[in-house]
Parts: sequence; structure tokens; C-alpha cells
Amino acid sequence: MLRYIALRGLLALLVAFTVSLAAFFLLNVATDPAQAIAGEDATPDVVEAIRARYGLDQPMPVRYAEWLGGVLQGDFGESYYWHKPVAELVVDRADETLTLAFSALAVTILIAIPLGALAALNPNSWIDRFALGVAVSAQAVPNFWLGLIMIILFGVMVPIFPVSGDDTWRHFVLPAFVLGASSVPAVMRLTRTGLIEVMGADYIRTARAKGFRGWPLLQRHALRNALLPVISVLAVQLGQKFGGSVITESIFAINGLGRLALESILGADIPTVQMLIFVFAIVFVAMNLLADILNAALDPRIRIG
Amino acid sequence: MTRLLDIQGLSVSLPLPNGTLHAVRDVSLSLDQGGTLGIVGESGSGKSMSALALMRLLPRGADCRATRLALAGQDLRDLDDRSFTRQIAGPRIGMIFQEPMTSLNPVYTIGRQMTEGAVMRGLLSGAEARRKAIDLLDRVGIPDPEGRMGQYPHQMSGGQRQRVMIAMTLMLDPDLLIADEPTTALDVTVQAQILDLLDDLRRERQMGMILISHDLAVVAERSDHVAVMYGGEIIEQGASQAVLRAPAHPYTQSLLQAIPQLGDAPARLGAIPGTVPSLMSQPLGCVFAPRCAHARAECTAARPPERQHGPDHYCLCVLTTPPTGRRMAEPLRAHAEPVGEAVISARAVSQVFHSRKGLFGPKREIKALNKVDLTLKRGETLALIGESGSGKSTLARILLGLATPTSGEVTMLGRPVAELSGAERAGFVQPIFQDPYSSLNPRRRLSEIIARPLVLRGEKERADQAVRDAMDLVRLPKRLLHAYPSQLSGGQRQRVAIARALVTRPEALICDEPTSALDVSVQAQILNLLDDLRAEMGLTCLIITHDMAVVHQIADRVAVMYQGRIVEEGATAQVLSHPSDAYTINLLAAAPRFETKPEEIEVAE
Repeated sequence: MLRYIALRGLLALLVAFTVSLAAFFLLNVATDPAQAIAGEDATPDVVEAIRARYGLDQPMPVRYAEWLGGVLQGDFGESYYWHKPVAELVVDRADETLTLAFSALAVTILIAIPLGALAALNPNSWIDRFALGVAVSAQAVPNFWLGLIMIILFGVMVPIFPVSGDDTWRHFVLPAFVLGASSVPAVMRLTRTGLIEVMGADYIRTARAKGFRGWPLLQRHALRNALLPVISVLAVQLGQKFGGSVITESIFAINGLGRLALESILGADIPTVQMLIFVFAIVFVAMNLLADILNAALDPRIRIG
Repeated sequence: MTRLLDIQGLSVSLPLPNGTLHAVRDVSLSLDQGGTLGIVGESGSGKSMSALALMRLLPRGADCRATRLALAGQDLRDLDDRSFTRQIAGPRIGMIFQEPMTSLNPVYTIGRQMTEGAVMRGLLSGAEARRKAIDLLDRVGIPDPEGRMGQYPHQMSGGQRQRVMIAMTLMLDPDLLIADEPTTALDVTVQAQILDLLDDLRRERQMGMILISHDLAVVAERSDHVAVMYGGEIIEQGASQAVLRAPAHPYTQSLLQAIPQLGDAPARLGAIPGTVPSLMSQPLGCVFAPRCAHARAECTAARPPERQHGPDHYCLCVLTTPPTGRRMAEPLRAHAEPVGEAVISARAVSQVFHSRKGLFGPKREIKALNKVDLTLKRGETLALIGESGSGKSTLARILLGLATPTSGEVTMLGRPVAELSGAERAGFVQPIFQDPYSSLNPRRRLSEIIARPLVLRGEKERADQAVRDAMDLVRLPKRLLHAYPSQLSGGQRQRVAIARALVTRPEALICDEPTSALDVSVQAQILNLLDDLRAEMGLTCLIITHDMAVVHQIADRVAVMYQGRIVEEGATAQVLSHPSDAYTINLLAAAPRFETKPEEIEVAE
């Protein structure tokens, strides 16, 4: 088991670095950072000076090697825009995004899993149709639009939640709901189909023949099996919450990583963008790793081959 | 003896999108304390449905009615679901199922699954339950029972899992054990062990047992009473000896004639014409009438009366005396051909597979085939028999040229198979697979399916006539030319598979378990068809099977495979009557058979 985790961890790190490599070259091909920093109407001399100052005149592989060397020592470079170490910037703002992503995930789990389970246990009933309706609407409604509607409903018409800022937990209610809602369809459907399949499985028939029914049957024999695939999807969804925070944080004026990403992209603040991509990739890969480990822990067929 | 189970007038119907399926109709059964009742029938006859109805395990929406449903005098209909699951399912009636591979929950340990029923009911403490479970695992023949308690189902073989299932139901000491096809998914030698075990346990515990099976021989061997089901009804029931030796119902008679039997000289099987009835409408008269050789006008007019044919022997038929005009078994049409040239031969073929445990686990070598020599000669039918994992399907793939062996050589009429092009090879040898439900493309019409090999070979212009000829050969009516596979019965589908294989006029057929997915009466049709093809076109055929009776029925020669090697090879009659290898002897001893042939009794009478 430990060996399995160690090897998977190594694999995950490799993936993260591959992503950073791709991101580095793409960013530098897409924009000329020196031009962006200098502004559109700067003279060529100024642009050249900036290029020299930030080491942008070096060939790209050299610059990537330098960047990577820094990263391995915990140094992600200095922001062109904020003139602060990028690592400091990111750590400062990580709190808000972590809070948002995990509360959004909690919203997803609390809505999608019970709803999916109820739908699975009563196929073709009103609750099943209701769940389907929820899934279709949540899938059809774009995130930013749902955010605006929520602001109008609960910020303006019935002002029970603040709509801007990140000072108290109440500030996070609406954004977490908006961000969480986007994952409800996928997770709900998977819970539903997984549980329907499991409830039709032979071992559930065996458990019934032993005299299990209702909640004990569900809890002792069906849930773990049905939730195995859901765990993997939740991990991917959590990764997407970090990416999705870019829009949600902007709408609700939360000063987190998503907003930082937006600002630094607009400002061509390459060191910051580079680190954010690296961090998002690490989070994504780590979540998948965690899902693999959880799956192995819950499913002996993976653990003991 | 006291009456353990008394079922009267049980009917089960299922609502389907296109109507109501009458799965079980007016079934009455009874069982004495400590007795065994066998329920036999082909697929869809309602035998499992009846058992599931008794256990309240019917699919959602099923409608189940009965005039009486009593267990040891207590009418089960009075219990609500909660009391039923608490008092009956488990402690009074235990049930084991067909699929030992999927009937245990893969994510929990054997120990937990065995003990939870007793612990949940508060019958035993955790420690007591554990002790009892270990004792029971030991009793059912699981080595190292204590170590097994912490293991998971996937770490055990199919036979062991079925033993665990049996031990698990015994945890609650039921009065009645229902075994629904308990050995159908298992190898013959394992089947015999499991049936012996069930028998012993039943005697030890004075437990009643219902044994549900499609296999008449299994039921004949193991039960005192037998009920024969057809189309959702019990058409005959009584003491096993009486029913199986002197069957009163035409269906039971036909069924017995359709089974190839190891004891007799091979002869044409009595295939039942037509197909199993659709249960979407309830017939006014006898449910078997459309296929019955003795049907009269009154058969379709009203439900036949129940007649008694001896003490405790009942039959649902208008005939007052069982039909005596039984067709004498016809001899096989095909005769053993003089041995011809070698069509396909394998020399010292070995196949090694590599597998890894998990993503990074150590590499392991599995020797699926170990220096196998086998020659298929023109005009003969050679049977390759072995249990699952013996390597017989791997060998088939290699002989077909679909896989390349690790070492050794396969030649077709003297030419190495590696030198043949795909089209040449396909014109040379054709496969027929086990499951006709999944081996035909559901989106193509029969004419397209059968013509496909010719089209691939670029012989499209002669395809039309060839398809008609092939359909003639396999006795498929021309009106099915434009039908889709979903419109056909299992037997018809297997005929399509054979027609497709024959359309290129190959030198040889390789049939991998061609009848094991089919019902007995349909198996008889296909085995008869293979006999016809041998007589009419001198078919050269390799049949891979696990069923000794099929070998006996159809093969000139037999090769016995065990652990990747051919342990015995010779003329069928010779090998079956005087097996020399220990494994062959074992295999033959385990094959279920009727103790005495039904014909002998009839002759005696």
C-alpha cells in the first residue's frame, strides 16, 4: 500500500511538472512579456531595457531551467506587477480560494448525493423526475448567470446575504452555492446510476435473502460500492472548483487566487500566472491521487490484487 | 413427517412496457420437513420466479398472489415486509444463488458478511458469531477457515465462494434452503462436490431443500420430489423416480429425449419443435399444446385437468394415460468417416501469458498451453473437453489463427498458418461461439450477417445464392432472410452463426461451447443439426465443450485438456468407457447422469 502511494505520488509530481513546462512555453509564445510590461506605446528602447532587466532576452530553455531551479527552492520569482515575491502573493490569497472551493464541494456533496440516492431508490417517481430537472437546469445555466441571479434574489430583493467581499462566512454562502451547483449534475447522475446498478447487483439480493432491508441494507451493503466511482469524480470536481473560482471570485469580489489569476493574466504578469498554473495543476493532481488512495482503501480489489 | 412448505395457487406477473408478463401461473408446491424438492425447467419457465416470490425478492412492481403460502403452518401472507425480513428471510428460509462470483459483496470481508445477519438480529454476539462462522467454513470444506474470515471474495475461486455462500446461509440455521441453480456456473467436478455437500448438510440438519435447476440429471440425482415447469406452470410433479422414469406429460417426455445421455449409445435427440411460449398473454388451454405431438382440439379450448398417475404423481394433461407411442430413438445419420488427411494440426504449441499484480507488481508467467499436439482430420468431429482455465479456448484461438502461439507451429493442410493471408485463413476455418446473443451484430439483417464473410473476400456477386444455400443447410426458413437477430430465438441465432461459418465452404469449423448457452431442447436441435451437416457435407469439426454428454453424443475422437496439456486422447467410445488418465476418470465420475435410463423402466413395464 505504501509503495503504491509513493509510486503514485511520484507519477503525480511528474504530471505537475509536465503541465508547468507546457504552460511556460505557451505563455511565452502567446505574449511578449516585455512589451506587455512596458505598455503599448513604449519605445523599443524601453522594451529592450525591460527585456534585459527581467532576463527575458535569454533563450527559453535557459529561462525555464532557471524558473524550475527557483521553484525547487521555493522561489517562484517576483511579480512584474506587484513587485513582490509571487509565492507570498499566492499564499496570502490562498485562504479565500480554499474556503470557497471546499465549501462549494460541500454544497455539491450535500445536494447531489442525497438527491441522487433518493432518485435511485425510487426510480421513475416524482423525486427522480425532480432530480433530473435539477440536473438539467444546473447543467444548462451558466455559472456567471446563476451568480447574478443569486445576487438579485438574495442580495437585492431579499437581502439576507452579502454579495461582495470575503470578510465573514456569510460572504461565502452565495458564491459557494453558485460554484457548487455546477458540479451537482455530474455527481448526482453518477450517484443515481451507481446506486441503481448496485441495488440490482447479486450481492444485494444475497443481503436481502439474509434479511436486510431499508437503511441497514443501504448503509451496510450498497453505499460503499455505489460511491466508489463518485469519489473519483468528486476529486476532479474539486480541481475544477479551483479553476472555476476565477469567474465566481470576480462576480462576488472575493480576493482569492481566481481573482489574482484574472488580474495577472490581464497584466501579463507571467511569473504569477506561471505559479498559479503550477499550483492549480498540483492541486488537481493531488486530488486525483487522493481519490486513488481513497478508492484503494475502500475497495479491496484494488488494494489486494 | 410434517409439512414444511405448502404453496397453493401462486401467480406472479410483472408489468413490462409492452404489457404484462405472466411469469408464474397457479403454481402449487409442497415440501416435507427434511425433504428435497427439485424444480426443473428451461429458461423462462418460472422456476426462479417462484422461489423469488417465496423469498419476497421479486423485482419492483411485480404482482404476487397466492391462496396459501405456509411455512410450517404459518401463513406467510399475514406478515408485513418488516416482520418477514426479520423472522423469515434468513432464520427460516435461506437462499443461495447461481452466480457465486457476484453474489458476495466485493468490498467486505468474508467474516463480516457471514456474521452480520446473526449479529444484526441479536442472536449471537460478535465473538460467538465469529466462532460459529469459522466452524461452518470448516464444515463446508474451506481450508484455513480462520485466515479466510479476513479475506475478500475476489481472493477465492468460484467453488469456494459457493461454499462460503452455503456456510453463510447456515449461520442462521434455516429450516428451508432454496438453491437456485447452485452449480450452473461451476465446473463439473466442483459441481459434484457442492451437490454432495448440500446433500450432507440437509441430512445432518433435517433441513428442507428446494433445488432449482435446468439440468434434469442434477435434479434426478439429488431430489425425492420433482416439479417440472413449463411456461410458468407446473405441468407435472411427483416422486423423482416416477416423474423421470415414467413421465406422464408429453413435455417431460420430450425433454428427457432431448438430453444426450452418457449411458446410451448415441442416437438422434428428440428435439422439441417450435419455441418457448411468450408469457405476455395467458393461453386459454394447455401452455404446451402448440409444440405438443399429441395435441388435440380440446387442448387449446380449456386448461387441462390435473390427473393423478400414481401415488403422489400429478400431471396437467388431457390424456388419461401417458402417450405410449414414443418415437423410437433414431440412429445418428452420420457415420464415422474413414480417416482423412490432416486439415489443421498443431505441433508443440505453447502459449505463455504475462500478468502483473497491480500497476507495479511483480511479473508472473502463466503457461496457458504447454507443448500441445493436436490434429483435426478431414471428416471427423473431434471434441476438446476440459474445465474452465484448462486452456481449451486459448488453443481454439490459436487453431483459428486469431492468436500467435509463443512457440510451436500450426499448419492448415500442410501450410504454416503464418503464411496464410486473413482471407485465405477465413476460407479455411471458421469459428462458432458460445453465446449467440452477443456474437451477432444486432444492427444487421440476417442476409447481411451470413453474407459478410463473402463480402469481405470480395465474392459479393455469388453471396445471394450462397446465403440461401447456407440457410437451407442449417434449416432456417427463407422468410427470416431480412430479419434482425433480436427477432430470433436462441436456437435460431446459433443456426445463423453456423450458416455464417459455412457460407465460405470452409474446410473445418471450430465451435467453442456451441450449445452451453442454450436450453436443453434447443441444444438438441443444434446437436442434431451438426449430425445432419456431417451426413450431408462431411463436415470437419472441432468442438470445445465442458459437457461429457455432448462429447458422447457427437464426437468421433476426444482430447481431454487439463492445465494446458492434453492428458488423454483417443476414440470417444474408448476414452469414455475405459479412461486411462486420472483426471479423465475424475471428470467422468463427476458428470451428472440418470442412475437408470428411463427407457429401461419402460421396457420393464
